[in-house]
Amino acid sequence: MTAQRLHIDWTRCDRRGSCAELLPELFAEDPWGYPLARDGSREPAVPPELARHAKRAVARCPRLALRLTG
Amino acid sequence: MTDALWYLGRGTGVVSLVLLSLVVVLGIATRSGRPLAGMPRFAIGALHRNASLLAVLLLGIHVGTLLADPYAQLRLVDLVVPFAGRYRPLWLGLGTVGLDVITALVATSLLRHRLGQRSWRAVHWLAYLCWPVAVLHSLGTGTDAGQGWLRGVVVVCVGAVVGCAGWRISEGFGARPGRGAGDHSGQSTVVRQATARSGGR
Amino acid sequence: MTAPALTRPRLLGGPPGTPFAGVDLASHHGRHGPLPAAAGLVEAVRAAGLTGRGGAAFPTWRKLATVAEAAARTGRDPVVVANAAEGEPASRKDRTLLRHAPHLVLDGLRLAASAVGARRAYLYLPPGYADGMRAALAQRQGSGWDRLPVELVGAPPRFVAGEESAVLARVEGRPAVPADRLRPVAESGLRGAPSLVQNVETLAHLALVARHGSDWFRAAGTAEEPGTFLATVSGAVARPGVYEAGCGVPLAELLSMAGGPAAPVQAVLVGGYHGVWLPGSRLDTPVSRAGLAPFDGAPGAGVVVVLPDGACGLRAAAGIVSYLAEASTGQCGPCRNGLPVIAQEFAALATATRGSDRADSGSADRPVDPARIDWLARLVTGRGACRHPDGTARLVGSALRAFDGEVRRHAAGACTEGSAA
Repeated sequence: MTAQRLHIDWTRCDRRGSCAELLPELFAEDPWGYPLARDGSREPAVPPELARHAKRAVARCPRLALRLTG
Repeated sequence: MTDALWYLGRGTGVVSLVLLSLVVVLGIATRSGRPLAGMPRFAIGALHRNASLLAVLLLGIHVGTLLADPYAQLRLVDLVVPFAGRYRPLWLGLGTVGLDVITALVATSLLRHRLGQRSWRAVHWLAYLCWPVAVLHSLGTGTDAGQGWLRGVVVVCVGAVVGCAGWRISEGFGARPGRGAGDHSGQSTVVRQATARSGGR
Repeated sequence: MTAPALTRPRLLGGPPGTPFAGVDLASHHGRHGPLPAAAGLVEAVRAAGLTGRGGAAFPTWRKLATVAEAAARTGRDPVVVANAAEGEPASRKDRTLLRHAPHLVLDGLRLAASAVGARRAYLYLPPGYADGMRAALAQRQGSGWDRLPVELVGAPPRFVAGEESAVLARVEGRPAVPADRLRPVAESGLRGAPSLVQNVETLAHLALVARHGSDWFRAAGTAEEPGTFLATVSGAVARPGVYEAGCGVPLAELLSMAGGPAAPVQAVLVGGYHGVWLPGSRLDTPVSRAGLAPFDGAPGAGVVVVLPDGACGLRAAAGIVSYLAEASTGQCGPCRNGLPVIAQEFAALATATRGSDRADSGSADRPVDPARIDWLARLVTGRGACRHPDGTARLVGSALRAFDGEVRRHAAGACTEGSAA
């Protein structure tokens, strides 16, 4: 079963920071406040135990810039 | 009994106004992308949402009790069609407009993911129309209109919202300070200056 | 492994310097023969091993197949777009094709449209080429050669205007900026329709594969990377211009096609502004994906810029990095914020310093550390709607490695070009 991944729409992201707060295991923040995937990938993989938190992060992003794929 | 309904209607009206003002303030705080009073940003957003749902609840009671109260002369059609009411039609009409807009705001927000960001945003800007309408409605409709305590409440609400709105349109609103430089220990002046020059954006 | 020498140019045959020499449909017919049928085209292209010549080198047959399959599955009419935007400043090959072989490009567009079942086609082109292409299209319509309606769309002269989703945005009437994509444009592109966006050189090759077959195509190039490609050679060479060579051609041979280096070669930028710098000692490198992989590079759109001895490599690179920072569309935070900082730091690095004695100081209060630039480059990589920050980071990293001697010289207050700043 392929892991779910988080797709970031960079054209929408406005560094509101909810994702980094709700998913600190997956996201840090870069010097300008934008989400920085800790695993260095373009679309960070979401381990099953964080699936619930990832869904919340997607729902709560004020810019609808996050999407769960897979 | 009708007295109780009347008091309940007026009371929930005032509390709704206070809550709506709080919702606008929290909405601006959410938009600012900054933490507030020790709360992380996602929590401010959640507080804004919950306060608005509470406001809707109280608004529902406000409208419901007045519908039930014969003295208020409120009909169902007055909830949707403004300025056609029997009792102080102009001021009541403003309340209708406010109610309709709030319904749209909440409905679009609940369906935000389905509607998409652009449509949601277009409707959400109406919040800045909705709130002054609610204030005018409060001042014009209620039998407490002339009372000092109501005026005091309104002054506080208006002060808070206008103050926040002023901050919202100010230059400093967009420039959010970045968090630490992460793994990199110490930014050079070049980086700091360049960041500031690009408006931090 | 050496590629067989190219005996005769395939794509460019007309006399150079003659504007729109290939507009004449009759001479095109005389040289290449009639427009073939599109039957079996996808299979022929697959056997030929043709890959995209716009920079990404995606297998062309797979794009065609994806569009056709998506169209069949969704029931949406597909569209084809010929991309001649050529936003890369050091590239001239697409413009050259439009001038000298417009009918070859349009043949390829026609064949691709037939292969995927598209009834509408677009040609996305730089300013100044619309009239010539309109004339070519009029010839085709008038003589009955090809009645596919092709709409001309002007591309703004911006670096990222040729990016796939930017192309489609412009065709839709919106600004030519890249969009966030969840699915490839081949599945869902122009207003949701399966869209084939193909570089004009790829289409020209396609038109020849349809005529001469896959074996003929494979007679040039290498087994893994068959066929020919157009290279734009500029910089310190005797005859800068557009040259056609087999994939895998040694860089030195490509330079000699351009009249040879005008001076001893310090380094060569291969792959354009998102490419990598090869040291002058490695001119034996084959210009192919396999040959350039050890340098973390790829042929891209065939852009080659020669830097001579005596020039400051850091200054040349700094100019490119500044250009790339300006080229950001500003849609994505990491790119919009990061690239200007990288450009500024790189510019500071390119300016010779004498320790604390800085004539143009006022910005950094300590010497620029290349490691910091590397860190910034890695920070922006992979974090944007398009690959502009990635390509910029690649160029920056490659320049720091290729010109590390120059970095040390600058730190000691000297510079290959003599004077400081």
